[in-house]
Formats: sequence, C-alpha cells, structure tokens
Amino acid sequence: MKQRNYIKMEFPARSVNEGFARAAAAAFAAQMDPTMDVLGDIRTAVSEAVTNAIVHAYPDSAGPVQMRLRILEGDQLEIVIRDRGRGIPDVKKAMEPMYTTGGEERSGMGFTIMASFMDSLRVRSSPEKGTAVTMRKRIRTKAEE
Amino acid sequence: MKVLSSYQDGKLTLHLKGELDHHEASAALRKIGRVLDDYLPQDCVIDMEGLTFMDSSGIALILKISRLMTETGGRAWVENARRQPLRVIDASGIDRMIKVVV
Repeated sequence: MKQRNYIKMEFPARSVNEGFARAAAAAFAAQMDPTMDVLGDIRTAVSEAVTNAIVHAYPDSAGPVQMRLRILEGDQLEIVIRDRGRGIPDVKKAMEPMYTTGGEERSGMGFTIMASFMDSLRVRSSPEKGTAVTMRKRIRTKAEE
Repeated sequence: MKVLSSYQDGKLTLHLKGELDHHEASAALRKIGRVLDDYLPQDCVIDMEGLTFMDSSGIALILKISRLMTETGGRAWVENARRQPLRVIDASGIDRMIKVVV
C-alpha cells in the first residue's frame, strides 16, 4: 500500500512520555482533517499502546519504544507502537477484557479500547524480542461526516 | 492532572482536572484514598467537568473509587464527563457497574 506521509520516533519507556506520544500522534493525524471525536479516539488508542509498552515491556529498565504513523492510500491512518522488551507470553489472554498483570491502577481494558476505537488491531509478540501493536483506521474528514 | 475536593452534607465531590493517564494515575489514587479516609462520605461524586483526556487508567480509577465507597457502605457516580472520557467509559462498559450521569 502506497504511503503518502509518515513519521517515526523513538523514546525511552518512561511514563512521562505517554502524554507526548499521544499529542504527537494527534498533531500528525490532524492533517487528515478528522473530527474532534476521531482525534480523541486516536489519542486514546496511542496512549493505551504506549502505556502497555512502558508498563509491561521493560520491567527493570526504560528501553526504547518506537512509534510510527503512516498515512496510506484511501485515507487510512496506520499506527505502529513497537518495543524490544520481554514480549507477551499469551497475546490472546492479554487481549481479554479486564485481564491485567499490572497493579491496581490498571484496568485491563487497554486492548478493548484500542480495538473499539480503531478499525483494526493486530498484536505480534515474541519472548525477549518484543511486541508490535499495529492499528489502522480510515479517517473520514469533517466534510464527510 | 489535579484532584480537588469539596464536601457538603455527607457528599464528597472529587473534581478531576487535566489529563488522566497511567503517568498521573498512582498519585491521583493516593490523593483520593486519603480524601476518602478523611471524610468517609456517604456519597462520592466523580466530577469530570475539567478532565480533558482520560484513557483506561481513568477506568481503573473510577472502579477503585467505586470499590472503596462500597466497602464503607457508600456509593459513587460520575458526573459532567466530556465527550472523550465518555467515549472511553462507553467502550469499557463500566456504566453497567457504576452510574454515569450525562
């Protein structure tokens, strides 16, 4: 699929970067002229994926988290959040609503929200190699809505 | 984010302001736990008028407040949520467990 524009960035897995990542994603997506609701959905999905990487990928360090956004043909926005951490042992289990291995400040609803706000969600993970979360959404412009 | 509180006639209102994510959640939970212990209210309103963003960390926070209130025989509910937090609440389905006043 032909790409019309993209950004790539990398930051350490520190929670202070969650706000930066979703703001950067929203700023990039703004050129597609989405509605405020859709922009909110994008910020939320990015926040969930980046938080997962920060909470789960690197238990003892602040390893690298990569974020890539692409605008593809057909007004498709693709978001990839990737880490090189310990991986998810059971992806299917991790994606079940309310399932979490995090503390009391985690709800286990992250993947549910990503899936609900984006058109597609794919999670690939390998032990000690890391996890890649790929999400896509067709962005209808304000004029289309 | 900021958590402010006001209390009147057994009802504690928690005013959440700013952006609520995982980075902010632990400190917010600690503060709210202290305020609930101080007042032991009958009712707790989670007022989201000033909350400009929340992700699933907000869901965890709402559920925790609800649990703490139920433990002491009280109840909690959400008021004044803006569109983005409301969409997260809708997607999570927690409005089946806790009242959300819109």
